[in-house]
Amino acid sequence: MGNSVSDSAGFKAWFGSRKVQRIIVMVTFMIIPLILLFLFTYLPFGEMISFSFYKMKYIGKKTFVGLKNYASVFKREDCFGALKLSLYYMLGSLVQLTIALYLATILSFKVKGGNIFKGFMFFPFLINGIAVGFIFKFFYTRGYVFDTVLQWCGFNLENLPYWLKDQAINNYSLVGTSVWRYFGQNMVLFIGAIMSVDSSLYEAAMIDGANKFQQFIYIIVPNIKKIILLNVILSITGSLSAFEPPYVITSGANGTGTYFVIMHEIAHTQQKVGLASAMAVVLLAIILFATLVQKIVFRGIYGQEED
Amino acid sequence: MAGRKIGRGVIAFLKYFSLVFFSFVAVLPIVSCVITAFKTDEEYGSTNVMTLPKSWFNFDNFVQAFQKANMGKAFVNSFIILVCVLAISTLIGTQLAYVLNRFKFRGNELIKNLFLFATLLPGVAMQVSVFGIMTNLHLIDSLIGYIILMCGTDVISIYIYIQFFENIDKSLDESAIVDGAGYFTIFYKILLPLLKPAIVTSCILKGVGTYNEYYNANLYLQDKKLYPTVATSLYTFVGPLGSQYNLICAGVIISLIPALIVFITCQKQIYSGLTSGSVKG
Repeated sequence: MGNSVSDSAGFKAWFGSRKVQRIIVMVTFMIIPLILLFLFTYLPFGEMISFSFYKMKYIGKKTFVGLKNYASVFKREDCFGALKLSLYYMLGSLVQLTIALYLATILSFKVKGGNIFKGFMFFPFLINGIAVGFIFKFFYTRGYVFDTVLQWCGFNLENLPYWLKDQAINNYSLVGTSVWRYFGQNMVLFIGAIMSVDSSLYEAAMIDGANKFQQFIYIIVPNIKKIILLNVILSITGSLSAFEPPYVITSGANGTGTYFVIMHEIAHTQQKVGLASAMAVVLLAIILFATLVQKIVFRGIYGQEED
Repeated sequence: MAGRKIGRGVIAFLKYFSLVFFSFVAVLPIVSCVITAFKTDEEYGSTNVMTLPKSWFNFDNFVQAFQKANMGKAFVNSFIILVCVLAISTLIGTQLAYVLNRFKFRGNELIKNLFLFATLLPGVAMQVSVFGIMTNLHLIDSLIGYIILMCGTDVISIYIYIQFFENIDKSLDESAIVDGAGYFTIFYKILLPLLKPAIVTSCILKGVGTYNEYYNANLYLQDKKLYPTVATSLYTFVGPLGSQYNLICAGVIISLIPALIVFITCQKQIYSGLTSGSVKG
């Protein structure tokens, strides 16, 4: 830019004021978001790491304990044991992705009333978490909605378990609510991806006499595998941080407390801020590791094909 | 040929059966709530939950739930929060995206990466220390504090805006600069109007998200008498009212009516907003 400046003094003054203006704009436009980013992301991130080395409450004195909090995370049954629960949520999200992909494929082709079906299945995503909690407490109550529907199908109430109390089954019940809430949203994402596939491919396939199943396997899946893979990995990290269903439906009772529910309890009820921070750091490390693996896997699969 | 026709019939049946089945699954829990919300106490006690109510005009539960959960106040609070959060986060989000997309300077990439990395950190994990910060800033039990927090934790929409700026021709800015327009004029008079579709889309999504947010609202707006939001007002029904489901269901239905209205009127934007937000991953 500087090379093209003419010798005219007026132009120089104009250029100078431009430069000043540029800086003013940059500062005024960036200062607030940067302060917020620092205040609510990086400052707490740093504090969380430093808290994790102390035995402390929100108020009062801190005692340095070194790595003791981290040792507790792995030793305490309620902390580390809770991570096992995320396996239920991983299983659930795989079921959810399968259902979503299946329905998205159906809805991507001409279907009577497709938009209405889509709307029905998507709407649960827009309901607030507390309402979802009440809806499902009601839904699973002994003899209520779910039991009634099962009785219509010929089941006997006496043979049905207590969906939220029976420890053999209550985690499945909770995962079910999460699948209920998110499968429609996943479906919408997949429909978007399928719609972006070049439609001439389908026409060519139809002319070649390929059936719907072959179209699915040979056209749809290869074209949207990137977004499928992305969602699988997102669902793994999401499962590790599963929080809402047990928090609002069972409050973590009867062995349904996932890692975050236990962490929330330890931080806000028991006020063991140091231990809770160590738990958060451990989980963050796992999630960042999973994300890193995802990046490497993506580069491995797509690095050569694209660009 | 005949075999093929039968095959097609089976596929069509399976297709519609699946759609009807999953729509039923999605709607059943909500419908059962609507049914129950119209029942009187006595009816609720004596009939099966799936039995239709005697009268569809029995709005007593809705009135009672509205009053008991202080939902009038909750709607006012939620409305104030919604307007402030959307206005502030739209303004700072578009401004930041403008600078990051149009200005080349040292640190540009670094700032983008700082925001990108922030998306990886799950909000709940950070709550332990955010709570301490909010306490120190005296922002607990304050609508302003909650609004600031909600604006500060929004990162995704910045990406939608940056993407959108990439599609606006740079020659537009340049010719305005030649005409002597200042950067503020260019941003407010020329670019912001062009961003309208992106703003509408991200406001709808962000709006629904803010309206439904309850974890932070519950944690930071602890005085439930003064600062209920629609989502947290439902907490009234935890405890002694915990088994009066005809009342609870009415409250739940009231709370989801605004979301339903937005959904019916803005379906297209919601779908496209979700899809465009996810493509970047």
